[in-house]
Amino acid sequence: MSLDFAATTPLTATEEARRQIEICNACRYCEGFCSVFPAMTRSKAFADGDLTHLSNLCHNCRGCHYACQYTAPHEFDLNIPAALAEVRQDSWERLARPQALARMFHERGVAMAGLLVVALTLFFALIAAARPTGGEGFYAYMAHNMMIAIFIPAFVAPLALIGLSLRDYWREVGGGRVRLRHLAKAGDMAGRMKNLNGGHGDGCNFEDGDRFSQKRRIAHQLMMWGFLACFAATSSGTILHYVFGWYAPYPLWAPPKLLGVPGGIAMVAGAIGLAALKLRADPDLGARRVWGGEMAFIVLLGAVAATGLALYAATGTGAVGPLLAVHLATVMTLFLLMPFSKMIHGFFRFTALVAEAGKLEKTR
Amino acid sequence: MTRYSDLYDIAVVGGGNAALCAAITAAEAGARVIILEGAPLPYRGGNSRHTRNFRCMHRGPMSPLTGAYEEDEYFNDLMLVTKGKTDEHLARMTIRTSEECLPWMQDHGVRFQPSLSGTLSLSRTNAFFLGGGKALVNAYYNTAADLGVTIVYEAQVRHVHREGQAITHLDVEIAEAPPVTIRARAFVLASGGFQADLDWLARAWGPSARNFLIRGTPYNRGVVLKDMLDQGADSVGDPTQCHAVAIDGRAPKYDGGIVTRLDCVPFSIVVNRDGQRFYDEGEDTWPKRYAIWGRLVAAQPDQVGYALIDAKSIDLFMPSVFPPIVADTIPELAAKMGLDPAAVQTTVSAFNAACRPGTFHPTELDGMATEGLDIQKTNWARPLDTPPYYGYQLRPGVTFTYLGLKVSDSAQVHTPDGPITNLWAAGEIMAGSILGQGYLAGFGMTIGTVFGRIAGKEAAAHVA
Repeated sequence: MSLDFAATTPLTATEEARRQIEICNACRYCEGFCSVFPAMTRSKAFADGDLTHLSNLCHNCRGCHYACQYTAPHEFDLNIPAALAEVRQDSWERLARPQALARMFHERGVAMAGLLVVALTLFFALIAAARPTGGEGFYAYMAHNMMIAIFIPAFVAPLALIGLSLRDYWREVGGGRVRLRHLAKAGDMAGRMKNLNGGHGDGCNFEDGDRFSQKRRIAHQLMMWGFLACFAATSSGTILHYVFGWYAPYPLWAPPKLLGVPGGIAMVAGAIGLAALKLRADPDLGARRVWGGEMAFIVLLGAVAATGLALYAATGTGAVGPLLAVHLATVMTLFLLMPFSKMIHGFFRFTALVAEAGKLEKTR
Repeated sequence: MTRYSDLYDIAVVGGGNAALCAAITAAEAGARVIILEGAPLPYRGGNSRHTRNFRCMHRGPMSPLTGAYEEDEYFNDLMLVTKGKTDEHLARMTIRTSEECLPWMQDHGVRFQPSLSGTLSLSRTNAFFLGGGKALVNAYYNTAADLGVTIVYEAQVRHVHREGQAITHLDVEIAEAPPVTIRARAFVLASGGFQADLDWLARAWGPSARNFLIRGTPYNRGVVLKDMLDQGADSVGDPTQCHAVAIDGRAPKYDGGIVTRLDCVPFSIVVNRDGQRFYDEGEDTWPKRYAIWGRLVAAQPDQVGYALIDAKSIDLFMPSVFPPIVADTIPELAAKMGLDPAAVQTTVSAFNAACRPGTFHPTELDGMATEGLDIQKTNWARPLDTPPYYGYQLRPGVTFTYLGLKVSDSAQVHTPDGPITNLWAAGEIMAGSILGQGYLAGFGMTIGTVFGRIAGKEAAAHVA
């Protein structure tokens, strides 16, 4: 006699994850790999919100899958990384607003490319039609005030939408009061990407089957820290411009270049690494339907950084105009798609880590 | 099949922990090694893939183990479970050697869990594999591959050719193709017991064994063990016995592993097919009693038991993978489980009436005992009076068999005419040399690691 796991109707992502996590929770051999398993062992039954939380804690390191005695062809047919990836992906799309945009851009790299074309057209047209009479460096092609007028709303509006999504997420997973120490713990976890270290520090399983490697962790951190450095570079430029009246172009030792150049190089290296690793990894251990969208997102990030570096390298040449248009178009696409692309993972994962820091305290 | 026509230095039969330890040790000594694993790749590793920890002697704190666990304490723990049915010389040698195994395991890719938050608290005596036994098996296969060991899956060894006191070659069916000959200068047998061969179990135990569930790999069918016994190899261990625990009756026939465990017995009453209790459910804490319940259930009609609990106890044990049967009354629960409602109600009423007040303490012997029953429950006896009521079906789940090859402390296989000069054995196939009955958590992996390494070293020295 055995329990029939075959369902008459296909399970939803959440139902399938619940089926799998209940089996997982009766085994618990994988406890040391990551943040998911200690969180899982707090419960015997899993509400939808619990699964949303577990899925966003999962960083897809795949250690549990390669260690699992119950993966196919075993009849229990566990694939925890994929099951949680589906729930996680679902949560990003369900909690986004508008949901339709999220569904379109997460799944389709082509949609992302389409938006990029629109942005390119916009910036070439602007440079052609509204080229300022004065200004130095790339401000000779587009006035600083115009850039600000375009990019502040293009940045703030998506962030506001993300804020609303995260509020809904917090409610759904039953997050408690946020303390500074929860933020600090989450920052430490993300800063060192502890959830990709395998628990033993030798890294995760990704591009080379059940062998552990640090490559994905390194590539991700190059991308993440590179992105943050570039973001800081841009912010510092804005501050220098408005607070200190010091206008671009900046020398190499000034914060915009000091942060931006290494940040850009790190992002390009990270993007190449992440894309190469993704090509070698087993797509069945993730959310398969968004593979294309994820890959397009990596390419977009790489393009943002590469065009930024190219723009710097082209200083003083005739290439500045077209390169500026391309760079601004990639940045615009990235900003606009923050709520609707893989970019959202950073916000959700960090929020999940903060929520988990609070939940851990409650159980102690 | 020309690629197997070469002469290997060492052929290792089996692909679990002991086989891998032997292959790695031999390859590191410079030998050319082939592993013949009977299972296909996803199921490689035998019962090792279901294991979780390694019981290890240590004289002081040794990561990840805390405190100290000295030879005498370890040996006494072993003697308690085997009731003295153990070879003291081999057992003590195994225990002493376990200490040097732990760093060796770490050096060969095994990662341990720093600490454990679950219900078992064994951080002093047992080192837990991060990710469990399959993670250990994966690590060893990678290490073996890096050392140049040839690994063949779905390689069923049908016959071990013995000429006098030496082994000449093996007949091997690879992926169900006609047998090929694999020649080597030395051989290590690490192909497990016979618990997955239900016919053999039925011959040994009786026809009721066909109702047993096999907790581990379906590939341990004892083909090589039987072949060696037929050729007169010395054997050890009770041929009629297997180690069985009570598991969830809805578990798969094979390979259900850890998640089929049921820890609810101490907080339940357990009845048989006829609705009658048959043993003291509260005799001792569950870690000390789970091993006898397989045998107890095996002795009941149809080899089945039914554990009944009420809402007071549902959160006192680890969840099973299968949800319990739930009902608002005892007769309804009995009916849902296919039992006679009147008989079960009578049993429960008599049990409830025999319970006495006291202070319930789920984690220690609380002395809350029934009075006046033929079969008392001597601890944790609380009336079943708080709906909803829950029920789990129990069946015997076979873990391993005791019959095996008798080996010397150099892991060499013997016959009445003396040792076979180029044959060694490790793991479950020879564990009966040390474990006469009972089981000690994590000791199987200790035997496999210790004897696998000895077998690999001896075989490599033989061909050097």
